[in-house]
Amino acid sequence: MVTNITSFGRSGLSDWLIQRVSALILAVYTLFMVGYLLFNPGLDYAAWSGLFSATWMRIFSLLAFVSLAAHAWVGLWTVTTDYLKPTAVRIAVQLVVILAIFVFLVWGIQVLWGA
Amino acid sequence: MLQVSVYRYNPETDSAPYMQEFQVDTQGRDVMVLDVLHMMKEQDNGLAYRRSCREGVCGSDGMNMNGKNGLACITPLSEVVKNGKLTLRPLPGLPVVRDLVVDMGLFYKQYERIQPYLQNDTPAPAIERLQSPEDRDKLDGLYECILCACCSTSCPSFWWNPDKFVGPAGLLQAYRFLADSRDEATRERLAELEDPFSVFRCRGIMNCVSVCPKGLNPTRAIGKIREMLLANAT
Repeated sequence: MVTNITSFGRSGLSDWLIQRVSALILAVYTLFMVGYLLFNPGLDYAAWSGLFSATWMRIFSLLAFVSLAAHAWVGLWTVTTDYLKPTAVRIAVQLVVILAIFVFLVWGIQVLWGA
Repeated sequence: MLQVSVYRYNPETDSAPYMQEFQVDTQGRDVMVLDVLHMMKEQDNGLAYRRSCREGVCGSDGMNMNGKNGLACITPLSEVVKNGKLTLRPLPGLPVVRDLVVDMGLFYKQYERIQPYLQNDTPAPAIERLQSPEDRDKLDGLYECILCACCSTSCPSFWWNPDKFVGPAGLLQAYRFLADSRDEATRERLAELEDPFSVFRCRGIMNCVSVCPKGLNPTRAIGKIREMLLANAT
């Protein structure tokens, strides 16, 4: 058993599951976005704003944002533990990454629900 | 003439490792790499490597031959030599003791960690603990491992975290005891493996499967451990 304090779920099993589920959600969201843009070639502000004013789209988008945040945390945490061996450097980079993810997530929620 | 390039390093006399060139006359025969090493040792008896059974059973002579790990004793030249050249290096990722001999300490430490022995507190029956043929079949493809370390030392996850990631060889043995119907420590074993490193540092690139001289599949065993962890979790 290896002790962890900065990983997302504190457990390899939960991180592994979260990584796969969030990947699935992001894949569906990406396919939807690409499909929507392809089928709406003459897209204007009104249509775009209308899409994002629908409650289901806001929930779907928020789900994708949260998935992206979790996915990035798990993935970047793994990269830092592989390549950054000095503890102080590794923890510092991990904290910067986690802080950035938090800021981007809150910012995303503000963009989504604020308008 | 076969041109062989060998990694040489004697920490007592060399400041840094270097490659030494040998010309070996195999008289056109397709011998094993270990035979070529013997011929080289006749030219320079300072060359150090491990060997014992010379027939792929003991797992002593694991090394990196033209970039791929394997057992020198059961690897014919025709399988590895390209353009009449052969490059021999020690197993990657482990500290070199001398020439092709590596310190397997970290590898054995990970093996020890998974408690590679049967754990059963039920008093043993008069004769022996019986297993059904079906339960016995579950151990096929697991018990044959000879701990040559070819798989673990070809695994980048083991290179980066040899102190935390158990590695393919250790995990194959971990599953060997998880799958054993006579073992009673399944829960304790799984609890030791659920952190982000021990099992989950495996990225499934299957280098281990590609190099295993016994044709075993550690990646499949790791997948089975994940399934067991998932089935045991809430």
